[in-house]
Amino acid sequence: MNYNDAAFLTERIPLGDKRALSRAITLVENEDPRALKIERDLYSLTGKAYRVGITGPPGAGKSTLVNVLAKEFKSRGNKVGIIAVDPTSPFTGGALLGDRIRMGAALADHEIFMRSMASRGGTGGLARTTTQVADVMDSFGFDVLIIETVGVGQLELDIAGAVDTTVVVLVPEAGGGVQAMKAGLIEIADIFAINKADRDGAEILKSELQDALSLMPAIKNGSWDLPVKLTVALEGRGVKELVDTVYKHKEHLEASGKFHKNRQSQAEIKIRDIVRAEIGKRLWMNPSLKSVLDSLSGFCVEGKIDPYSAARTFLQSAEAQR
Amino acid sequence: MDKIKVLVAKPGLDGHDRGAKVVARALRDAGMEVIYTGLRQTPEMVVEAALQEDVDFVALSILSGAHMTIFPRVLEKLREAGLDHVVLTGGGIIPPEDMDKLHQMGINKLFGPGTSLEEIVNYFKEEGAKKKVS
Ligand SMILES: Nc1nc2c(ncn2[C@@H]2O[C@H](COP(=O)(O)OP(=O)(O)OP(=O)(O)O)[C@@H](O)[C@H]2O)c(=O)[nH]1
Ligand SMILES: [Mg+2]
Repeated sequence: MNYNDAAFLTERIPLGDKRALSRAITLVENEDPRALKIERDLYSLTGKAYRVGITGPPGAGKSTLVNVLAKEFKSRGNKVGIIAVDPTSPFTGGALLGDRIRMGAALADHEIFMRSMASRGGTGGLARTTTQVADVMDSFGFDVLIIETVGVGQLELDIAGAVDTTVVVLVPEAGGGVQAMKAGLIEIADIFAINKADRDGAEILKSELQDALSLMPAIKNGSWDLPVKLTVALEGRGVKELVDTVYKHKEHLEASGKFHKNRQSQAEIKIRDIVRAEIGKRLWMNPSLKSVLDSLSGFCVEGKIDPYSAARTFLQSAEAQR
Repeated sequence: MDKIKVLVAKPGLDGHDRGAKVVARALRDAGMEVIYTGLRQTPEMVVEAALQEDVDFVALSILSGAHMTIFPRVLEKLREAGLDHVVLTGGGIIPPEDMDKLHQMGINKLFGPGTSLEEIVNYFKEEGAKKKVS
């Protein structure tokens, strides 16, 4: 029983040991050397969980919605896991992770596993390691994985590349469809949920959004008409319909072949990231290449060489070293 | 470096968590990752959250006078869950003689009313540093 041992953890996770899962997530999050073995050994068990992303502005009610969504998925016989990302303070490196507060009901009977993640410098609304954490959770045997992002501003849109269905949560106060278009939310959304529909303006936002959508050529979505759903997460209203819509989207992805295609491009992203990191390690951690780089950058400052030629010279030295 | 992770919870039925929130923010500002669970947590919920979040500390804020039942319950549940490495600490209106008894049971440092935030933060930093080395 050694919860610090990677081999032990990979053995225990498929058996349903939550503590092993929890520790493995920590190692992955910390980018600990042991995480590599864990991710590699468990990868063959991943792919089964349907991944749903929940994103939207701060305070839109994402966590409250995840709470009721998780319960609804569970009541339909699914084993549900949740990952919720909150921002790390760029000044102190600390984070206050408060998403569990809203998920009391879903978490009460301990059948739903929920993990908070600090963004730790990740910029796209996720932490750098959120996808890997999702993979490890996937291997535990969840049917549905719900991932809540940091409250997005603009251009924090990594979630779409990490999940199968992206739900963008807006609130009546959020301003109209034009804002959503500007913020790039229409590009990443598979479903819009207008939450806090108990407040004035929800119907207006809905029709504004639908107007904005009707102007958009259906580039990304093909035959999928972006649905706009109203929810009152606090009361659980509209949640069954939202889950139905997630399943409709899933069917659409599967029937059109996009499910496989999306997953393949996600795998491609993973490979690219690993290759980039590996190349970086080989180039920048190599002491003799470092001294080549030092002298080249010195020459640049002295005006003896331009950065492009310096880069070519650097790559030639790297080649010569292999 | 690995982050120090703290679960701050407010068990029991008393409905006011200002103190817990102030401590949670202070620990965040000291660079820690703080999971805040909100009000009315049962010992079972606290321990399950500690397990799922893989924290180093569980810090309970208890103002209701129920500390002599809640702390031992949480400690017992932590041990049942195999989470012996998790440090159990906290604060509230706890008389010194109760603090002594709780220490003897294996509960770590407890903070009474009027403790400065600085003192609390330093405790987590020092204990946390020890844990991350070992
Ligand atoms: N009126 C109303 N309030 C809601 C509804 N859903 C959530 N809220 C409230 O909105 C506030 C924010 O809810 P959260 O679920 O924490 O929002 P969030 O999007 O997860 O927030 P961050 O994670 O901090 O970005 C809370 O006070 C909720 O009670 C709703 O349907 N109607
Ligand atoms: Mg939230």
